[in-house]
Amino acid sequence: MRSDPVEPAPLGLKIVAAAGLAFLHVPLALIVLYAFTTEEKSYVFPPPGLTARWFAIAATRPDIWAALTLSLKVAAVATVLALLLGTCAAAALARARFFGREAISLLFVLPIALPGIITGIALRSAFNIMELDFSFWTIVLGHATFCIVVVYNNAVARLRRISPNLIEASMDLGADGLATLRHILMPALGGALLAGGMLAFALSFDEVIVTTFTAGQQSTLPIWMLTELIRPRQRPVTNVVAVLVIAITLLPILAAYYLTREDS
Amino acid sequence: MTAPVLAPTLAEPPDGVLRRLSDNLYLHPSLLLGLLLVPPLLWLGIVYVGSLLALLIQSFYSVDEFSGMVRREFTLATYGELLRPANLDIIVRSVLMAAAVTAAATVIAFPIAYYAARYATGAMKAFYYVAVMMPLWSSYLVKIYAWKLILAKEGIITWLATRTGLGPVLDFVLAIPVIGGPSLSISFLGMFVVFVYVWLPYMILPVQAALERVPRSMIDASADLGAAPAPTFRHIVLPLAMPGIAAGSIFTFSLTLGDYIIPQIIGNSSFFIGQAVYAQQGTAGNIPLAAAFTVVPIIIMGAYLWAAKRLGAFDAL
Amino acid sequence: MPVAVRFTDVHRHFGTVRAVDGVTLDIAEGEFFAMLGPSGSGKTTCLRLIGGFEQPDRGGIEIFGRHAEGLPPYRRNVNTVFQDYALFPHMTVGENVAYGLMIRKQPRPMREARASEALALVKLSGFESRYPRQLSGGQRQRVALARALVNEPRVLLLDEPLGALDLKLREEMQEELKSLQRKLGITFVFVTHDQGEALAMADRLAIFHAGRVVQIGAPAEVYERPRTRFVADFVGSANVLPPEFAAQTGAAAGWTSLRPEKIRATVPEQDFRNDETSLIGTIANVHYQGALTRITVAGEGLTLRAAVPSDGRTFAIGERIRLSWPASAMQPMDDDP
Repeated sequence: MRSDPVEPAPLGLKIVAAAGLAFLHVPLALIVLYAFTTEEKSYVFPPPGLTARWFAIAATRPDIWAALTLSLKVAAVATVLALLLGTCAAAALARARFFGREAISLLFVLPIALPGIITGIALRSAFNIMELDFSFWTIVLGHATFCIVVVYNNAVARLRRISPNLIEASMDLGADGLATLRHILMPALGGALLAGGMLAFALSFDEVIVTTFTAGQQSTLPIWMLTELIRPRQRPVTNVVAVLVIAITLLPILAAYYLTREDS
Repeated sequence: MTAPVLAPTLAEPPDGVLRRLSDNLYLHPSLLLGLLLVPPLLWLGIVYVGSLLALLIQSFYSVDEFSGMVRREFTLATYGELLRPANLDIIVRSVLMAAAVTAAATVIAFPIAYYAARYATGAMKAFYYVAVMMPLWSSYLVKIYAWKLILAKEGIITWLATRTGLGPVLDFVLAIPVIGGPSLSISFLGMFVVFVYVWLPYMILPVQAALERVPRSMIDASADLGAAPAPTFRHIVLPLAMPGIAAGSIFTFSLTLGDYIIPQIIGNSSFFIGQAVYAQQGTAGNIPLAAAFTVVPIIIMGAYLWAAKRLGAFDAL
Repeated sequence: MPVAVRFTDVHRHFGTVRAVDGVTLDIAEGEFFAMLGPSGSGKTTCLRLIGGFEQPDRGGIEIFGRHAEGLPPYRRNVNTVFQDYALFPHMTVGENVAYGLMIRKQPRPMREARASEALALVKLSGFESRYPRQLSGGQRQRVALARALVNEPRVLLLDEPLGALDLKLREEMQEELKSLQRKLGITFVFVTHDQGEALAMADRLAIFHAGRVVQIGAPAEVYERPRTRFVADFVGSANVLPPEFAAQTGAAAGWTSLRPEKIRATVPEQDFRNDETSLIGTIANVHYQGALTRITVAGEGLTLRAAVPSDGRTFAIGERIRLSWPASAMQPMDDDP
């Protein structure tokens, strides 16, 4: 039902809804708080004191920098691959009708529909069979697989909203395929591709399940965090990294959201 | 525009290789289609689907008990191993947890979705949408980590409990067998809470979408025919929201079934399916068993999806 | 008069659907040519074949003597006004109109000047910096027109351009299009399912039915002398009389058409003249339309429609009435349906 401002909501409902929202956000707020605690050994609440020194200490840890760099590189490469392949696929599947189209569309949903552990173990056993050593590229392969799907979905949704007449009109007025691509399609798609790319980047940066299967000895930032969770070294430093991850994943997501909203 | 034009005064753009290539692709659309599809299909088709199939095939192999090597002969023995009590426990445990999480997520998500769909307007609606999206997209590990801190013995829950005099209640809950434990952060109860938290937005969004699709006129018609708000809710709103609930439950059920990180961090030593898979393919080297374990959630989700489709869940997606 | 567009036995099939099933026609240069027919009759496909958005499976298309098969749209000196206008949403009106010039790499000052000229031609001066979403339907249509005309096409194609406009606007645009075409002297090819529109605007029109052209001619000729039963019914809803009626007057037996307005309605007892054919029937329906009243009469196994001047007469359903018409009003038709 469309919202009707005539009737105010019952107070009980308002409280429950607000409480639900708070439930969603309080834990994240707490993490930010814990990044400033002076206590080192445990998760004592309330924090005995507040300090910013853990940020400085985190900046000196080489393992954090290594993990951060690896995550950023993997995310960048996976996103670029995803943009190329995902856009191609979207262009092919948006309107054309051909044998096997339904099956191929399903294929482009599978990587996010199936639990990550299935993707992870499938890729790992594939690498075993192909006798491929774990490396930067095995991580990228895993990430690109679901990044392609994210870009594809954004691109397809946008392409379907473009009237096919626009392409015909452009050709009618003298523009060949390349010129039409440049002047008509790219401006229309741009927002969706940017949004898809940002989503893909954020997902790749945050991904941990598939990565544990495809990374071998290397640590992306989420894997670093996972190790810390199981065997903590300096807990507040882990909190600092958590705050960093929140920032790095949240900003592209918000940007992607605003980009796709303006379109509609 | 002056006199009628008999011959074009505007020259055509210069010809070139690209333009002729464009001609060809225009006249042979299937060629263009092929060019566009082949690279992504190569990737997804061969790498992804290929490895899935390889995994499936592996589940029909078995591990020789003495040598520890994989015997590549077709056998159902590995699936038979799933029926051993210890493994069966793992499967049952995972399914029960998934069901509990789904139920709780539905109950908690509904008021939020209902308010956002029915009563929020304009800025408030956008605010609610972003407020639900943000945790959805926040880092998965960070969320788990946050709860580890909250549930820890020294954490905020204990502090709240002692401050409000509910300490004994907390101890009582922790003492309950099976779901309790030494601390909330190492118990099924804790796991349950974290699962619900992490998957909650996946339930809110489809339910909200389904509720928004209920036309105002239907509620009015129900009232016009004599139904008070409560019966209207039960007979009109709830059934129409079912597709959204079904869609959301697909996410919560499937994500819980396959997860192995939350049980590892917030759990005790009893395994869930995800952990079993990880353990079997890792140190145990028993890839066939790991593959067999993997097939279980696939089958369960397949059946679930089929049932959900009957309920019309895919209309809500 | 040179031939602008020539179709020679053109076929276009989509799977088992024969959208264009052997069409041969000539469109002369400088004429306002209409392609009229119901949905699915092939007229739009023929338009798209001229524009280059479809390629014929068989047969030849020539544009000003040059073979057009295999030529993509951007290589033809033909421009189209699309049914939904297809204005580029991310460009201003000015940029839309100048698009073709921009593609041909014309310098900016020249582009802007010619775009302004084109907009003035369609009475939209000053709209250059607006966006399509800010315009009404009628305004968008004019922009689409300007965008096509600025490229000085030798043939302008219009695909049901007036369909989305309300009645008043539609009539206005019909006049404007006609005077525009006369002024510019370009060949206009116009697709519509509205026979009134086609009759009003076209110099010549082609009636399409099931992928074929069943009649081509000037509006008056098609209206007065429909060649087949389909044309008689589609254009002006003429009555279709079975062969016996023609035989009655001594002419060869065959299907004939009879326009409703050629029929006189009188009381049954009144005499009828020698050169008239007549029948007596019961009024089944009455439509008062101001100057005219249309009555549907059932009698002698036939249902006839008559359009008589209202003149203050009233007709009642169930009333018995005599319809009569001169034998010359019955136009012979071919045996095709």
